[in-house]
Amino acid sequence: MNKILVQGNIEGVVLKSENPINFLGTVDKKTGIISDKNHDLFGKSIANSILVFPSGVGSSVGAYTIYSIKSNNAAPLAMICKKADLTVATGCALANIPVLIISNNEFDSLVNGMKIKINTKSTSPISIL
Amino acid sequence: MELTREEESALKGEQGEIMEMAYRILVATGEATDAEKLIPIEWAHLSGVNYNTIGDAGEEFLLSISKDARVKVKTTLNPMGFDIDNVSNYNLDENFISKQLSIKNSYEAIGVTPSFSCIPYEIFDIPKKNTQVAFAESNAAIHANSYDNLKTNKESAFSALASAITGKSPYSSLRKEDSPNLSIRMKVSNPTELTYGMLGFFAGKVGDTSVNISGLEEMDKRQCKAMCGGMGTSGTCAKFLFGDGDSDCEKIDFDEKEMKNVHDELNTAEKGDIITLGSPQLGLDEISDLAAKLKGRSFKKRCMVFTPRTIKEQARKIGYTNELERAGCEILSDCCTCLTPLINKDNVDAVTTNSIKGAFYLKNSNGVGVNLKSLTEIVEEETQ
Repeated sequence: MNKILVQGNIEGVVLKSENPINFLGTVDKKTGIISDKNHDLFGKSIANSILVFPSGVGSSVGAYTIYSIKSNNAAPLAMICKKADLTVATGCALANIPVLIISNNEFDSLVNGMKIKINTKSTSPISIL
Repeated sequence: MELTREEESALKGEQGEIMEMAYRILVATGEATDAEKLIPIEWAHLSGVNYNTIGDAGEEFLLSISKDARVKVKTTLNPMGFDIDNVSNYNLDENFISKQLSIKNSYEAIGVTPSFSCIPYEIFDIPKKNTQVAFAESNAAIHANSYDNLKTNKESAFSALASAITGKSPYSSLRKEDSPNLSIRMKVSNPTELTYGMLGFFAGKVGDTSVNISGLEEMDKRQCKAMCGGMGTSGTCAKFLFGDGDSDCEKIDFDEKEMKNVHDELNTAEKGDIITLGSPQLGLDEISDLAAKLKGRSFKKRCMVFTPRTIKEQARKIGYTNELERAGCEILSDCCTCLTPLINKDNVDAVTTNSIKGAFYLKNSNGVGVNLKSLTEIVEEETQ
């Protein structure tokens, strides 16, 4: 089932990961670079992307990390997940970053580099540009 | 999720940025947990107070909202990192102290009662049966649901803060119903508070949002608190229902073998360099009982006793603090064993405690060894 956790209207380029993200400790607060060597986005910055990943994991304090990267202009433009979790939900609510939860099929149809538009008020909130 | 017209207006920013953010948090939490609407709550209890847990990002966030945010309902909060009365004895760095004081000031500015306690259920009056509250401290949420006839989910620091500012919470999960699909049968005889802490820890691992529990003997306050503290540490489960539950409920035994598994996971040292009592913080009954147990005895090593400031003041008037200090206890308010910066692995290899919750955080956050003993054993073996 699709859900909209935080509303918004934005265009951007997909940065996709197949791994869950632990925001507390594995995302650099200044640059948005993923520092976990075992992560498929290791060394990449999530700044200004439309970040597509399965879900957040780890401590709920990670919500403050999402707030920090937004304050440092290093946050994604939006996040799209397969599973709702409270760290991503509350962190993006604090930072006012749109968050959508989508089905497995929709998740599979999004690929790296794809330019998409998100409009949470629309009947089809994600459109490929 | 259905919102009223006023809630929609707040979410659009028509009632200011703080309200907009608070409603955004409630809606995001509500959508994530399949809530159908928001409902009023009468009391919020906040976590996210200790600088060790929320760090610079938390401190900066609270400072930024402290100018405009104000709580709408009674709001209490968790312990911080130290007791302001004796912080100079503990060699904490200046940065920690100044950041912690900034966090304290921000919470006070937004109207939070500076209780710095993880046992709000013991130091404030309990509202009438079935009152909806929003408790972010896990042991307090479990105690409220299981023993105090209140209703709360295990809130996050952020959902509880948003509830404090708006007076509302998403109507989902334990606020609506509790129908556990699992029953735990207590099979360990002669339990102490340590046994109940391990039972709670086990229940938190196997339970979903609530569990039935049977086979309990009459429990004192210390044992009830230990069970709630243990459960809050190991999972997302936030309520005990007492009894066997429905016949189609899956049954699991908590026996000597399961207890040994928990003990082996958390007990990592043969002995401790210091002792801590409290996590959850000690209430007046426990302080009184401890004073009686220590009559004519004194500790052979440091013993830190954590209790809320209001309890410490009552205990002083009755004379308990004198008794405890004579026996060598350091009595600390406003803070607790969990995530304390007062215990540092550079100076301490291992800590003796009767708290399962304390043990978990000492091991995983402070990185020190843990030696588990019941209070009776601690008094027998560590005092003379």
